[in-house]
Amino acid sequence: MSEVVQNLFWILVFPGFLFTVGLGLLASWIVRKVSALVQHRVGPPMLQPVYDVIKLLGKETLIPEAGQRATFMFSPLIGFSAVLLLSTMLWRISFVPASPFVGDIIVAIYLMVIPSLALILGSSASASPQASMGTAREMKLVVAYELPLVLAFLVVIIKTAGAVGDGRQLSLAAIAEHAPVLSISGMIAFLSALLCVQAKLGFVPFDIAEAETELASGVLIEYSGALLAMWTLMQGVMLVALPLFLVVAFLGGFGSGAWGILAGAGKYVLVLVLIILIKNTNPRVRIDQAMRFFWFWCGTAAVVAVALAILGNLFSIGWL
Amino acid sequence: MKTVKINQPVIPVGPLHPLQEEMECFRLTVDGETVTDIDMRISYNHRGIEGISQSLQFDQVPLLVSRICGICSASHPLAYVQAVEEIADVKLPDRARYVRTIVAELERIHSHVLWLGLAGHFIGYDTVFMWAWKYREPVLDMLEAITGNRNNYGNLLIGGCREDISDDLIPKMLTDLDEIEKKMDMLIKAVTDDPVIHARLKGVGVLTKEDAVRFAVTGPTARGSGVDIDVRHDDAYAAYDELDWSVCAVPEGDVFAKAVVRLLEVLEAIKIIRQAVKKLPKGPVKTNVKDIPPGEGTGRAEAPRGETFHYVRSDGGNRPVRHKARAPSYVNVPSFKASCIGQKLADVTITLAAVDPCYSCTERLAVVDKRTDEVLYDYNMLLKLSREKTEEIRRHA
Repeated sequence: MSEVVQNLFWILVFPGFLFTVGLGLLASWIVRKVSALVQHRVGPPMLQPVYDVIKLLGKETLIPEAGQRATFMFSPLIGFSAVLLLSTMLWRISFVPASPFVGDIIVAIYLMVIPSLALILGSSASASPQASMGTAREMKLVVAYELPLVLAFLVVIIKTAGAVGDGRQLSLAAIAEHAPVLSISGMIAFLSALLCVQAKLGFVPFDIAEAETELASGVLIEYSGALLAMWTLMQGVMLVALPLFLVVAFLGGFGSGAWGILAGAGKYVLVLVLIILIKNTNPRVRIDQAMRFFWFWCGTAAVVAVALAILGNLFSIGWL
Repeated sequence: MKTVKINQPVIPVGPLHPLQEEMECFRLTVDGETVTDIDMRISYNHRGIEGISQSLQFDQVPLLVSRICGICSASHPLAYVQAVEEIADVKLPDRARYVRTIVAELERIHSHVLWLGLAGHFIGYDTVFMWAWKYREPVLDMLEAITGNRNNYGNLLIGGCREDISDDLIPKMLTDLDEIEKKMDMLIKAVTDDPVIHARLKGVGVLTKEDAVRFAVTGPTARGSGVDIDVRHDDAYAAYDELDWSVCAVPEGDVFAKAVVRLLEVLEAIKIIRQAVKKLPKGPVKTNVKDIPPGEGTGRAEAPRGETFHYVRSDGGNRPVRHKARAPSYVNVPSFKASCIGQKLADVTITLAAVDPCYSCTERLAVVDKRTDEVLYDYNMLLKLSREKTEEIRRHA
């Protein structure tokens, strides 16, 4: 019984739902505040993302008459729960590496795709020309960045296999113990994955599906009230889950003890700041440019990284 | 106006859209990401400026026309007062001509930098947006020091300027100009050297020289297509013919070329202001104009967006009997037909913004019967009505 209660606490309070949502709102405040500082602005107060969500919850939720009602309403929920599950998994790995629940990296990669798919589902159910344009762009973007992203994680798997031997290389707990970023192939893979995460988060230069000044927030244009609040929360939690996944996969995750947690938090903030800086020093690219970038540049880089990692394993060269 | 076929997807940019702060509507017919047709609709906010102007006295009108556009609030009154001065054959004091030049060029700097920021925002580069607007502030402060206002300066009178530039201000203006020039250099380098900006703006929304001439575009839109027209040079007013400066024209015709023209003009404007401040003649800044005799006059001024044209007719009374204003965006906006069709949607939005369109000053009115789609009052009809009214006023005069 006590185990059930403990698991429920894990899922609902710490480090699951409440903690992650709170951290997500904090992360979106950090994004806004650091962006403001880069742009010589003052920026919002710390609780602004909370106020935004509360205000959205109080607003009327409009559902387009021509849209698919159920799909339109449920897709934010699907995206939100997927990303919440991902972050709970990652927290579990980070805080209790020896726990009986062993999530593997393939589950995590699948869970990472679901928010984008939910966004596509929801926006295509909204029967708006801007949203359909945004949907088309989001689909192309997913197709573009998934390949280099999976290749980048393949590098992590190969490096882990080289370190712990076959059998455990897919386990997130084993992956979290190593930092592939300290090798050449790992570094290349980390940078490719970072750019893919930038696109997953829908941040400039890859905010093509929302593209405020072209499509008036594209995929989200028909969403309002509580449903938009759900998307906002989802994006907040993604700000926690995706950089955290990079930390776990590439940067060696959280160590043990207080210092480990502190070091892990430091790595997370580092990845978040990198993302914010990329966001603030680039214009939005066109969808064809984004596809060429991910397939040609990121894809090639990731293939090279995979080859280097395999060579490194074959000849037992750790830094390759 | 053209009816768009229903079976083609149409992406509306407007009437209210984050791309532009004003009301306008571009209905983009798209095939995938490619724009195949564009339908332009303006005049959501008709204010009847010309009608109001004809009910005001000659010396009240500059304050009205400075409100045609908040950003061109020196150019419209400048064109208007030049038209009235032509009727009354006013000999301007030298100092007034220089002060007018300084205010007009400060306006050009602040308008071009404002555009640069907005263009950054339109392609999602908000850092450029905020930085540009931050560095625009000292220019607005200088305008405020001279005229008392950041915008809507109300500094132009028939026969001179309302506010003079005090001698105490001149040394500070010169040091501020150096400071502004340094920041502009930095900003211009940051923007023109950025490879991602090149990827987004080069070869995008090309308006060829032939099209530029065909659509009779003006200002940076024309000069970005290699048409080196500039009223300041071709029909010099104020003190432009006594200062050393050059017309900036770039042949490419794409959005990047239009940006380059504007950025070069910012540097050129700083050069003009510095010379004008140094050469500022002594003497009064206004003459007293007593009466406006019957007659008609035209005034042109190179606003930041292109040529502003005003026509004024007087019957010898104290108000204009006909006042016609033509803002540069009125001729620049139709050129979208040539520059936008065949482009990607993402490129079209920045192309729409690249002429630096200003809608409130471009508003025209058409009255349509909704049931029959019959145009009750179109442009020609209104022109006819306006002429009839002029005839009537003449008869009474």
